[in-house]
Amino acid sequence: MTPIVIVKNLSKTYSSKLIALDDISLEISEGEILALLGPNGAGKTTLISTICGIVNPSSGKIFVDGFDAIKDYRDARRLIGLVPQELVLDSFETVLNTLRFSRGLFGKPRNDNYLKEVLKKLSLWDKRDSPIMTLSGGMKRRVLIAKALSHEPRVLFLDEPTAGVDVELRKDMWALVNSLRASGVTVILTTHYIEEAEAIADRVGVMNQGKMLLLSDKKTLLKKMGKKELKIELHDPITAIPESLSAYKLILSEQRTALLYSYDTSANRTGITKLLTDISKAGLILKDVSTRQSSLEDIFTTLLEEKK
Amino acid sequence: MNFSGIRAIYIYEMTRFFRTFFQSFISPIVSTSLYFVVFGTAIGSKIGTIDDVSYGAFIVPGLIMLNIMTQSTSFASFGIYLPKFVGTIFEILSAPINSFEIILGYVGAAVTKSLMIGVVVLITAHLFVDLTILHPFFMIVFLVLTCVSFSLFGFIIGVWAKNFDQVQMIPLLVLTPLVFLGGSFYSISMLPPIWQSISMFNPIFYLISGFRWSFFGTADVGIGLSLMAIAIFTCCCIGMITWIFKTGYRIKS
Repeated sequence: MTPIVIVKNLSKTYSSKLIALDDISLEISEGEILALLGPNGAGKTTLISTICGIVNPSSGKIFVDGFDAIKDYRDARRLIGLVPQELVLDSFETVLNTLRFSRGLFGKPRNDNYLKEVLKKLSLWDKRDSPIMTLSGGMKRRVLIAKALSHEPRVLFLDEPTAGVDVELRKDMWALVNSLRASGVTVILTTHYIEEAEAIADRVGVMNQGKMLLLSDKKTLLKKMGKKELKIELHDPITAIPESLSAYKLILSEQRTALLYSYDTSANRTGITKLLTDISKAGLILKDVSTRQSSLEDIFTTLLEEKK
Repeated sequence: MNFSGIRAIYIYEMTRFFRTFFQSFISPIVSTSLYFVVFGTAIGSKIGTIDDVSYGAFIVPGLIMLNIMTQSTSFASFGIYLPKFVGTIFEILSAPINSFEIILGYVGAAVTKSLMIGVVVLITAHLFVDLTILHPFFMIVFLVLTCVSFSLFGFIIGVWAKNFDQVQMIPLLVLTPLVFLGGSFYSISMLPPIWQSISMFNPIFYLISGFRWSFFGTADVGIGLSLMAIAIFTCCCIGMITWIFKTGYRIKS
């Protein structure tokens, strides 16, 4: 797929000498959902703020659908919608008026039919004439999304869209993001929640201290870095792992009733068959066997620890 | 040119103004009426005329200037400070709109609002005193230029301010005293020589003098000097705003 956003060697150093972005390069394909993961201060918000024009880059280039985000900022920004993390809205304004304002600001002629569609999609049509201050937190977040969509952007940035929202609303938000992608919108979201990235993203970028530690297709990433763990429960507890099994680098559980075996799913041979045979030869009696796939969270934690 | 963006900011700002329509218009009407009761009737009757103009009429240009200078500054500073304070400024910064267009939207709305206030004060004044405007063209020129320059000034304050105290500090502690000491309610010739010299350093004195000339044909300084003063002030504000947007001062990191 053709990239709709290209970031080349982007760096940002604040006047306080803090390096918020350190030589970031990435390409985002049209129609994909990219999740940017990372701890607080990793540079996720600075990255999207720089692409959207809110923060001046120190060096590097940004292109949106081929338009230079600095030189051709009008063409580039028309294609972008941004939903900030905080619920920043004019409390006294009505829902429909705030959408009209956003659409006008981005140079689009008034089109109340389109805004009606957006509001209906976000279940806000009934609230169109309500002042924003009368809405719940979840509704306000949807108003922010509606504002970002009001000028028909092709790329939507969502900064921590589900931060501080309940599980039900989070799932609604995931469904919404998927429906946006279905309508052709490219979505880039930042999140703390690994399960969010795991549930909806096509690709995952892991950031820490202004650097992009990893950028990969989610499935490939899970396959490539995903270790599987085999848990072999024993009938009787043992005091130590038999010498004949030392080659398998087994771990004995705290209760001493289970052996844990890590293996690579992408390897030609996992060694499970031989392990089970050797366990039997060692005179151990099996009670149960189960496996566990490592999650993005495990990968994320491993990556951050590796870079320390 | 993003006309739609300019229009959006302008309409948004005007809507905010009309939300407090009653308060916006009643306040200058009441304060102007009070000025006329206190200065025009109570004190004015003891003063008589200044340059053959009744004291009640003499203070009208100063009253209009006092209102439009403080209101222009206040409207524009709050206009840009509020989105900064609330956080909605992100939308302006990420929109395909340049600094000139942003200023046209915010300052245009502030100018419109303060011009409306100026007209309201003029109409109110007309209820108390007989007024003849000798140079209506120059009166409008001064009125518009003052609204524009002080709206630009207010925009700078709004960008500079870090809290609501700072937004109000300059209009209250700097502007209002300068307007009062700039000959709003007296002719500079009524002051002792030393204070006449000191008044010459007050830039607002030149604006009030020029504006009064457009009403009565008499002024403390020449009309050219007054026009030059307002032109210099406007240029300084434009220069400052250009610098703000170039550097992103307190708007963009």
